[in-house]
Amino acid sequence: MEININGAAAFAATGGKPFDPDLPNIVFVHGAGLDHTVWTLFNRYYARHGFNSIAVDLPGRSRSQGKPLPAIEDMARWLLDFTAALGIKETALAGHSMGGLVALEAASRAGETVKQLILLGVAAPMPVSDPLLNAAREKDHSAVDMIMLYAHSHASQIGGNPVAGVNILNSNMRLLERSLNNALHADLKACHEYANGLEAARKCAMPTRLVLGAEDRMTPLAASAALIDALPTVEVEVLPDCGHLMLSEQPEAVHASLARALRPGNG
Amino acid sequence: MPKQKYPGFDTLSLHGGQRPDPVTGARAAPIYQTTSFVFKETDHASSMFDLARSGHVYSRISNPTVAVLEERIAGLEGGVGAVATASGMAAIHLAVCAIMDSGSHIVSSHALYGGTHNLFTYTLPRFGVHTTFVDPRDPAAFKRAIRPETRLFYAETIGNPRCEVLDIEALSGLAHEAGLPLMLDSTLTTPYLLRPFEHGADIVIHSLTKFIGGHGVAIGGVVVDSGRFDWEGSGKFKTLTEPYEGILNIDFAEDFGPGAFLHRARREGLRDFGAALSPANAFYILQGAETLSARMDRHVANTRKIVAFLDGDEAVEYVTYPELPAHPDHALAKKLLPKGCGSVFSFELKGGREAGRKFIESLKLFSHLANVGDAKSLVIHPASTTHSRMDAEVLREAGITEGLVRLSVGMEDPEDLLNDLSRALHRSQK
Repeated sequence: MEININGAAAFAATGGKPFDPDLPNIVFVHGAGLDHTVWTLFNRYYARHGFNSIAVDLPGRSRSQGKPLPAIEDMARWLLDFTAALGIKETALAGHSMGGLVALEAASRAGETVKQLILLGVAAPMPVSDPLLNAAREKDHSAVDMIMLYAHSHASQIGGNPVAGVNILNSNMRLLERSLNNALHADLKACHEYANGLEAARKCAMPTRLVLGAEDRMTPLAASAALIDALPTVEVEVLPDCGHLMLSEQPEAVHASLARALRPGNG
Repeated sequence: MPKQKYPGFDTLSLHGGQRPDPVTGARAAPIYQTTSFVFKETDHASSMFDLARSGHVYSRISNPTVAVLEERIAGLEGGVGAVATASGMAAIHLAVCAIMDSGSHIVSSHALYGGTHNLFTYTLPRFGVHTTFVDPRDPAAFKRAIRPETRLFYAETIGNPRCEVLDIEALSGLAHEAGLPLMLDSTLTTPYLLRPFEHGADIVIHSLTKFIGGHGVAIGGVVVDSGRFDWEGSGKFKTLTEPYEGILNIDFAEDFGPGAFLHRARREGLRDFGAALSPANAFYILQGAETLSARMDRHVANTRKIVAFLDGDEAVEYVTYPELPAHPDHALAKKLLPKGCGSVFSFELKGGREAGRKFIESLKLFSHLANVGDAKSLVIHPASTTHSRMDAEVLREAGITEGLVRLSVGMEDPEDLLNDLSRALHRSQK
C-alpha cells in the first residue's frame, strides 16, 4: 500500500492482502539500512492469519519517498502519522534493531493505541562505534562489512539458511548496499544519538516481548539489561545460535516468538 | 586479536551452506533422499504454500542436501542465492525463462557451448524468444543489436573452444545502460578463477557437471543471482515486478527485494519446468566443491605445461590459450584471470580432419568424450561432435576449423600427459 504522509509517498507491504479496517493490526518496523523485505515471511503469515499485516518502509529507503529522518523520535512520529492515516485505533507493534527503538518510542507516545510491543535485537541506549559511523558517513563499503561481520552469528556467516538456496550474509549485504548512499549513516547516527530509550520504556505499560540473539554482538545480552529493567511488563526470550539479524538467521524461532506474543486478543 | 573478515574461499568451499546435522551430528551434508517433508500441522502446511514459513515441502522445489550446495555456490560467487538444476542446460533454460516472455529477445555472444547455441537458435524461437548473435570481442555489437524487446545480454566468461575472454565490465556497463541484465555462463572459469559479479555481471550459470563437481560422476547445474540488478528500475521485467497470479498474486520485487529473480526462478521455474537436481547428485557435486581451489590450481599448472609443449611442436599450427602473448585477449586475461585461464583450450593440428582423427585415436591417457572439467584429461574434435549442428558459416564465426582439437586438461602427472600427447602428435603426421 502507498499513502501520503507529510507530503511524501509512504509504502508498506501488506503481505499480498488489502487493508481491512475491521481486522486487528500488526505493524513491523525494519532496522537501520534495511527495508520492509526483512519481514516478508512474517508479513505474509499474519496477512493470512486474521491481521492487517503492515511492514513499513521508513522514509527515504526502498519504496518510501522523502529523506531519511534524522532522529528516532522523528521516525516514531512518522510511524504514528502512518497508523493514524490508516485510521488504526489499536495495533501490535514489532520492531527490529533501530526499528525496535522506533517502536519503543512510538509506543511510549501512543497511549492506548499500541496494545502489544515486540522488540527484537534491541538495547537502550544503542551506541554505534566511531569507525562504523565514520565509514557510513563516507559511504564506504567497509561500513557494510563491519555490520555484516558483527551482525551475523559465526554460523550464519557460513550458512545453513532454512530458506532454501538463500545466502543470508549476501542477501543482507545487498540490502545495506542499497542504503549506503542515503539512509545508512542517518539511521546509525539516529541510533547512536537516541537517549530517550529507557524513559520511553518506563512509559510502555502494554505487554512487551524482548527477543534477543544469544550470539548478538551488535546488541549483546548485557547491553539490554537496562532496557529489561525499565520495561514494566516484559517477557524476555533469548534465541540460541542467533546473532543480531535474527529475522533471517532464525526465522522459525522468530515466528514462534511472534506467535506467542500475538496470540488472539493481543493484536 | 585477529581482524574480523569474511570466511575465505576455501572455508566456504568446505563448510558453506552447511552446519553439522543437529540430530545425528553428521559432519558431511547428509543425502536427504526423500521426495517430500512432513508438515508439523495444517497451519504449517498452508503457510509453507503461502511462502510464509521457511522449510521444505517437496524435493522438486527444494531439498536440504541440494540447498547446501545452492548456498555454498552462492557464497563462493558472492550472490544472494542460487537455484540448482538437473543440468547446466536446465540452468540456462530456467534462468532465461524466468525473465522472458514470448516476443522477448536476447543478444548473445556467438562463441557458445553447442548446446546453448542449439537452445537459442532452434528451440527458444519456437516459443517466441529470438536471439541475435554477436562477436563477444565487440561489446559495441551487443549494443547495436538491442531492440525494444531485448531483455538479456548473454555470454560465456571464456568461449568454448577458442577461449575468447569476455570483457565483463565493458559489457555489463552497456547492459545496465540499456536496463538489461548480463547473464554469464562461468562454467570454465569457476568462482575460484573468476567471480563475475565483482565485474558487473548480474546472473551466473554453471554446469556443475564440470569443474565444480570435478569428477565426472554427476550431472548438475546452478543459477546464481547477484541481487544487484534493479528489476524495478529497468521497467522491463513484469514477471518480477507485477503481481503473479500463478502464485497468490505475489510481487517478487516487492516481497523479496534483491532476491526477486532467485525466488521467481525457484517458485515458478522449478515448480513448472521441474528440472530439479537430485539430492544424490547434489551430494556428489558437494564432494567436488570441497576441493575446488586445489583442483583448479592443479588443472591450471598442468595446462600451462601442455600449452608450452604444444606451442613449440612442429605438428601444431597454433594454440589458442589466453595466457599466450599471441592470443587476442592476452591483456584482458591477465587482468581478469590472474590465477589462470582454466584448463580447456584448443589447438589446430597440421593435416586437418585426417590428422585430427589419427591424433585422437592414438591418445591413450586422454579420453575421447563429450565433456570438459573432469579430473581426468579429455579430448574431442568439436567440428564433428559438440558443434556438429552448426552450419559452415556459424562454425567459421565460432572459429571452429576441421583440424581444431579441444583438450580439457586433467590432474594426472604432467609428464604422463606430455608423453601421451607427444606420441599421438607424432602419429598424426604420418
